[in-house]
Order: sequence, then C-alpha cells, then structure tokens
Amino acid sequence: MGQINLTQVTKSFGDVNVIPPLDLNINDGEFTVFVGPSGCGKSTLLRLIAGLEDITSGKIEIDGQDATELPPAKRGLAMVFQSYALYPHMSVRKNIAFPMKMAGMDEAEQKKRIEAAAKALNLTDYLDRRPGQLSGGQRQRVAIGRAIVREPSAFLFDEPLSNLDAALRVGMRLEISEMHKRLATTMIYVTHDQVEAMTMADKIVVLQAGVIEQVGSPLELYRRPRNKFVAGFIGSPKMNLIEGKLASEHSVHTIGIRPEHIDVSTTEGAWQGTVGVAEHLGSDTFIHIHGIPGCDPLTVRAGGDVDVRHGDTVYLTPQAQHIHKFGADGLRLD
Amino acid sequence: MARAVTNQRKAINTAAAWAVGLLIFFPILWTILTSFKTEATAIADPPVFLAFDWTLENYSAVMERSNYARFLWNSIIIAGGSTILGIIVAVPAAWSMAFVPSKRTKDILLWMLSTKMLPAVGVLYPIYLIFIKLGILDSRIGLVIVIMLINLPIIVWMLYTYFKEIPVDILEAGRMDGASLKDEIIYILTPMAVPGIASTLLLNFILAWNEAFWTLNLTAAKAAPLTAFIASYSSPEGLFYAKLSAASTMAIAPILILGWFSQKQLVSGLTFGAVK
Repeated sequence: MGQINLTQVTKSFGDVNVIPPLDLNINDGEFTVFVGPSGCGKSTLLRLIAGLEDITSGKIEIDGQDATELPPAKRGLAMVFQSYALYPHMSVRKNIAFPMKMAGMDEAEQKKRIEAAAKALNLTDYLDRRPGQLSGGQRQRVAIGRAIVREPSAFLFDEPLSNLDAALRVGMRLEISEMHKRLATTMIYVTHDQVEAMTMADKIVVLQAGVIEQVGSPLELYRRPRNKFVAGFIGSPKMNLIEGKLASEHSVHTIGIRPEHIDVSTTEGAWQGTVGVAEHLGSDTFIHIHGIPGCDPLTVRAGGDVDVRHGDTVYLTPQAQHIHKFGADGLRLD
Repeated sequence: MARAVTNQRKAINTAAAWAVGLLIFFPILWTILTSFKTEATAIADPPVFLAFDWTLENYSAVMERSNYARFLWNSIIIAGGSTILGIIVAVPAAWSMAFVPSKRTKDILLWMLSTKMLPAVGVLYPIYLIFIKLGILDSRIGLVIVIMLINLPIIVWMLYTYFKEIPVDILEAGRMDGASLKDEIIYILTPMAVPGIASTLLLNFILAWNEAFWTLNLTAAKAAPLTAFIASYSSPEGLFYAKLSAASTMAIAPILILGWFSQKQLVSGLTFGAVK
C-alpha cells in the first residue's frame, strides 16, 4: 500500500511562505513526478512528505494514517537523494544493510534481501567495495538498493539522475521505470527535467512558486495544458506562445502552437519568416524563425531531411486543430 | 601562464625553508645539547656546540632529586583527562551548531573564541578562590576541569569545522533509514569524522600538556605536572642550566615524540577545509 494524501499543507521558512495551502492525492502504485523550475518548491514538498521538514500547517496521511507528526523512519518511505548520500565509510553491503540493521531485522533475512537487491541492480561484484570506488551510476544503484530492501510503501526520488552524464541518465531512467513496473510500488519523483517527467510518470504535478499549476497524465498535460506556464514547461522544444495580431485573428489574448504542429514550406503558407538558426539533429531539424509578429523567434520542428539555412525565407502553416487558446489571465479558454 | 619553478629557485626555497625550520627548532636543540653538558660547559663563553664531553650526570642528578614518574603521571592524567572530557562536552555542542544552527550560532562561536583573548591572569583570583572553596586546589581533578574549560573553545571550533564538511544529505539518509539521534552519532557521524576527531584530540592533548599558567598557579606538590617539574629547576639563586635543560628535555620528550609520529595527522587536521 502506498496511498499518500496531502490536505491544506503549507510550509514557511521564517516569514517566507514557500508552499501556500496545497492539496494532493497520490494513489497506490502510481508513479508521480513533481516537475517545475528551480526553486518552485518541488524538493521541499518531497521533504515534507518524507518528514525531513516539518509542515507549518495541514495534514499528511499515508495509507489512511495521519503521518503529520511521525518521524521520517516511521513513515515507511524510502528516499533516494540527488547526491546518493551513501555512507562513505561502509561497504556497499553495509550501506544496503543499514536500514535493515536499524530495523533490527534478523541476519539471514538481511542477507537474502541484500543478495536479491544486488542481483536486480547488477551490484553483486561490488558488494565489498566502498562507495568511493564506484562510478556515479553504480553509486546511484546502491542508493536504490538501500531503498528497495526496506520494502517501503513508497519510494521518494529527489532528482536522482541529475549528477549522471546524459547517456547514463537515459539508462537509469529506464531502469527506474522498469523497477516501478516490477514492484508496482508508489513512487514520487522530483525533477526539473520535463523529459524525465514525460517519459516516466503516470501522473505529473507541475509546480511553480509552491503552487500546483496542473496535475494530470503526461499526455493530458501535453494536449490540454491548463495555462500558459504548463504549456511552456511541458514539451520540448517549448510551445510557441504568440500574442498580438495573430492571436486576435482567433479572438484571444494568446495562442499557443507546438513546434511539431507547424508545417513548413519554402513556397507557400500562412505566415512568412526568415530562418535564424537551423539545428540539424539528424532525425529532426529545429528551425528558429524570425519575423513572425508576437513571437520572436518562433520554433518549428521539421523532419530531418528539411534543408533550410540561415537567411532563407520560409512559409509556415499552423495545424488548426492543434492551436491552444489562452485568455489575458493566462488560463486556457476551451 | 603557469608559474615557472626553476631548479635554482627550488634550491633557494628549500634552503630558506630549512633555515626557518632550524631557527624555530634551535632553542629545543640547544636545550637538548645543554642537558648533556657539565654545568661548567653549559655556561662557557664562547658557547660550545658539539665538541664537549657528553655526560648523563644531569639526568641522574635530576632523577635522584625529583620524582619524575609522578610528574609525568600527573601530566598524562591532566592532559588526557581534560582532552577526553573536552571531547565529550564538545561533540554534542559542535553537532548542534553544525547541523541545527540557530540565528545566534555564529555569535556564540565567536563569543567562545573571544574568551581565549582574555588574559588568563584576569580570572586567576576568582578561580583560585573557587578552587579553595571547593577544596580542589592542587588536585588533578581541578586541573582537568580548568584546562578542559580553557581549551574547550578550540575543541568546539575544530569539531564544528569538521562536522560542517559532512553532507547533511548523509545524515538525512540515516534518518530515513531509521537511525535515531544516538545511532546517527555512533554509526554515521563519528566514523565519518574520525580523522577530524583524532587531530582535535592530538592538538588538544599537546596544548594541555604544555599549559603552564594554570598548572603552575593551581598546584603545589600533589597534582604538579611536568611544567612544575621544569619550573622547580629554575631558581633565583645559582642557576643550574644543565640540570634545568635535562629536566626540560625529559618534560618535552614525550610530547615531542607524540608530535613527531602524528605530524601528518596534525597537519592535515589543522589545514582541513582550508583548501576546497
């Protein structure tokens, strides 16, 4: 079980209110991602759930039990830190065993769980090494192993992949997703990387300045962002938000169109612009176009075989069914 | 451009470093040499450096006149006791300042350090009177307490610096893993801070060993450590340089040997956190 409910939770540091009253329900077995820019309060929210910070007011329930006053260890949650936070003076085996030792579990059971975790995480050959002798990816696996053996009701991940290089990050992302499928345990994952959020989450919680902007599945957020902030944050490259003349043609304050929903042509189209930079990724081409009123530059995602260069004139046609409309208050209109 | 270090420059630097090192060490070397001279050679003018008849007579005279072992034992008890007591008091203090600081933590640390700037003689009378009242004048326990107190700011500062270097994440991971405050200190903090605690112990032991003001003023016979042993050989009437040197050598030898073998630990401890 791993049902977590937050009711009117707030957090202030001195006079600074970092989390205004917030309600959130995380269902058992769900992979929930908290995403938002730096300083949006996502890590603080995770630490409140973990019990590493005390909430200022409100209530946190875990599996129907009031956990607001419980110390971290009594909440039945395991956490994986960005810095791995391994015990440098203990071997990998002892690191993984530590939570079980603290819980007073019998040695035979400890050994069984360590071996199972080591096997699942490819750590069997490294059990007697110290964390300092491992690579970043291996250290992160040890941190995950230490979390798994407790058989927690939920896993909390605080930007666990930020310290890894790009290639490793993709690999670990898959491993964590697979682990979630296998264990079917509730996971809460904090990241500022919207790609991680989109690829891993069952449910994304988009935060800004401690306020939940939207909660939904990755595709819901992609297809129907509730406001301009979510529209700009989810999706890569970012959605183009266009104001002024082109927006008023649709009788709204702002229209949003994703780079992949704009057709590009060198001969004809609705809007005309000049190519600034064309980024050729092989599979795709990201074209940054100047000269479109109300949005400069406007980004278009075209196929890999599109051959345009700096200074070329191009014609763009937004796909009508993919135009998002926002009011002056930034909220979605339809 | 990287700074060029030529061989010539290196040689000059090495020579200069040796010169400074020898200059600092010279008084100790001279004391040791003098302890092997006769009283006549010790005051010879011009002074004799190495070409003299080496003798052990000063050492046997000193051993005959004084009970070296008792002074040594007092020194060990006072330096060791004050160090251990100091660590016991300082670890929780440094822990709370490093990991749960308040708005006033910095001020408290500075205030603690400022007590070291007070001339010790300024509080001699109050402490002397308190010692008389408590009946702990010329007792080892009294000296253990007073020396622990005067070195406590340094112990707390050193431990605080070490603890600050330990990532809070690791302690939080411990808390998530079910460690109580006691478990956290025993299984996580202390093992990680062992190098820091060891150099703090060493430095404090040396400071306590060398402390002369309080040990001389608060002891007479029973609790007198090696500092009093040395002082007993400097008398206003008739100077016995060679015997005084022998007594000094015997008093500083244990700490010199300890310092020599632990110099790596001491240097790394004292420069800890200086370069990051």
